[in-house]
Amino acid sequence: MRIIVYVPFAATLIVALLATAVSRRLPPRIATWWLAVAGVGAAAASSAALALLAFTAVGQLAPVAAEGHWSVPALRARDPVLTPVGFASVMILVAAAAALLITAWRRLGALAEARRLCRSVRSESELVIVDEPTLHAFAIPGGTGRVVVSSGMLRSLDGAERRALLAHERSHLRHRHHWFLSALWLAAAVNPLLYPVFRAAVFTIERWADEDAAETVQDRRLVARALGKAALASRPPPAAVLFLAAHHVPRRMQAMLAGPPPGRRVIILAVSAVLLAVTCLSLLEAAHDTERLFESARHTYQALHGQ
Amino acid sequence: MVATPEPGTGRPGRRMAGELEAEVLAALWAASRPLAPADVHAELGAGVAYTTVTTILHRLHRKGLVDRRRSGRGYAYAPVADEATHTAQAMHALLRRGHDRAAVLARFLSDLSPADERMLQDLLRQAEER
Repeated sequence: MRIIVYVPFAATLIVALLATAVSRRLPPRIATWWLAVAGVGAAAASSAALALLAFTAVGQLAPVAAEGHWSVPALRARDPVLTPVGFASVMILVAAAAALLITAWRRLGALAEARRLCRSVRSESELVIVDEPTLHAFAIPGGTGRVVVSSGMLRSLDGAERRALLAHERSHLRHRHHWFLSALWLAAAVNPLLYPVFRAAVFTIERWADEDAAETVQDRRLVARALGKAALASRPPPAAVLFLAAHHVPRRMQAMLAGPPPGRRVIILAVSAVLLAVTCLSLLEAAHDTERLFESARHTYQALHGQ
Repeated sequence: MVATPEPGTGRPGRRMAGELEAEVLAALWAASRPLAPADVHAELGAGVAYTTVTTILHRLHRKGLVDRRRSGRGYAYAPVADEATHTAQAMHALLRRGHDRAAVLARFLSDLSPADERMLQDLLRQAEER
């Protein structure tokens, strides 16, 4: 319990540190799944560990101890968790729960708004064109979703490149990429250490869609060209949108020019499996230790109260 | 019996009706003047029959998404800016809105730093080598 309860935090750090390597080395679809599972799993495991730490602190409060029939001095004497750590865990846990609720509420609101907007387009055509000279193209989920492209973007590309662009956006909708992003955004809200995992997934879903586009047009260079032309034509970047990684487009082009992604992934997957097993076992062991701790405090209580 | 092809899964080259319609619409918007069916056909490249293009243009016209006028012996087609433009602007605004952007984001592009830009130009040259 003394050390083992902190294993999920170490695992969270490892996931956050591995995220970038995973996003570059694994094929994008597998990388996205890895990030989603590892990110959500790490958020859950670290929250569970926090809950265990918090519980020993809460158990020392007199009303709680009276309700549970255990001895506070006995608990304090044997509790391997320092009291400040226990109470800090309580506060972090409360903050994480609040962050989760607020973020989930906002995220659902944004998705509902997206759905409403998609429905309000009367035409059943998937492609919605905005007559604007600025260059933008995005996919918006909701029902079957819509692909929104500015006329400026369409004018900056040739026929084949437009086809690659449309295939890219369609891939986002078809594979429901927004759910991956939403899940990881919530994981990062619960545990901010996981923010790099969200960032990595933003990259891998773009790569995933690029790979789909390359498959549709059967030409990787063409996708690279479309990306490069559109990116250069859309300079200077609008100041308001500097939130997402600026280095994505060149790296995506490199990936397209470099040929299909390699299938080698044995080492990363083996490391992940070990990480998962160690984390789960540690959590179980820590939970078991906590249970024993309270059990013995309860025995002391019973001995004192002559039952 | 012909199975409905799943887009993007081992079906390179062939296009579904919806995809073609989007491509035709995109070609009309990209052009600076009304296009004859032959022009649209040329824009779409190989793998699409001319009659398919005329059918799609006819369908788009019926839906009110394109405008057509007599040109020589046939028609020339131009896109119609419809009420969707307004909605699309609202969608774009939603996308740009603070941290919730990622809810809907799936952008073809992100932003470039000057160093990226130089690198990008090199890569673009590579991509254009044939």
